[in-house]
Amino acid sequence: MSKIVRSTSEFLIPFIFIFGLYMIMHGHLTPGGGFQGGAVFASGMALLLVAFGSHKLEKKSKAHVLSMLESTGALAFIGLAFGGIAVGFFYNFLVGSSIFGHIPPSGPNRGDMWTGGTIPLMNMAVGLKVIAGLSLIVLVMALASDKTGSQK
Amino acid sequence: MRRVAAGISLTIVIAFLAVTALLVHPFGHPPAQMDDYIIKNTQRETGANNAVAAVVFDYRGLDTLGEATILFTAVAGVVMLFRKREGETTR
Repeated sequence: MSKIVRSTSEFLIPFIFIFGLYMIMHGHLTPGGGFQGGAVFASGMALLLVAFGSHKLEKKSKAHVLSMLESTGALAFIGLAFGGIAVGFFYNFLVGSSIFGHIPPSGPNRGDMWTGGTIPLMNMAVGLKVIAGLSLIVLVMALASDKTGSQK
Repeated sequence: MRRVAAGISLTIVIAFLAVTALLVHPFGHPPAQMDDYIIKNTQRETGANNAVAAVVFDYRGLDTLGEATILFTAVAGVVMLFRKREGETTR
């Protein structure tokens, strides 16, 4: 792409990535969550892809690394779900413990980052999974279309 | 024969619709109290201010597991479709 597109995306990319990560981290307090934040982050990856080309991006983020990250997120999610198996599948066993264990007062309140039990951790697992998965889809399809496009 | 079958199935559908229309809850009376329960108890039970996140990841976590599996399957399908095959001839 042209220099204008490249400079603008260089300026915008950090904000898009930080907004996506913020959405994932604050999923249990504000609207959004793992899926939505991961989609925002992956749209930033798509912008990088459009601006700099798939081969340059493939040097920085290998496809098999992204695949491994996606599987890691899925395994972490299922592992957290199995963590409360003593009471029930997907039981929130971290409420009241020392990890994300604060219980907020009922009704409107300021919001406390250290609440939610397993929900923030599951948000992070799902966020990692969605980031890696959607980036992998975009990257693999762009690489394939580059290959066939250059052979015409 | 086909007209008779069509007539019978149409009668069944109309009867089903009529019975359903008669059984609809009156206005202002929700059929379930689950939403009230979640609004009242989310913060105490899960500690999360965001009730939607609590429903998605706690009360209905199994559903989210299915969504994650769908994403996984989609990624696996795309990677399989666009993989580099050995001995692939360039056209």
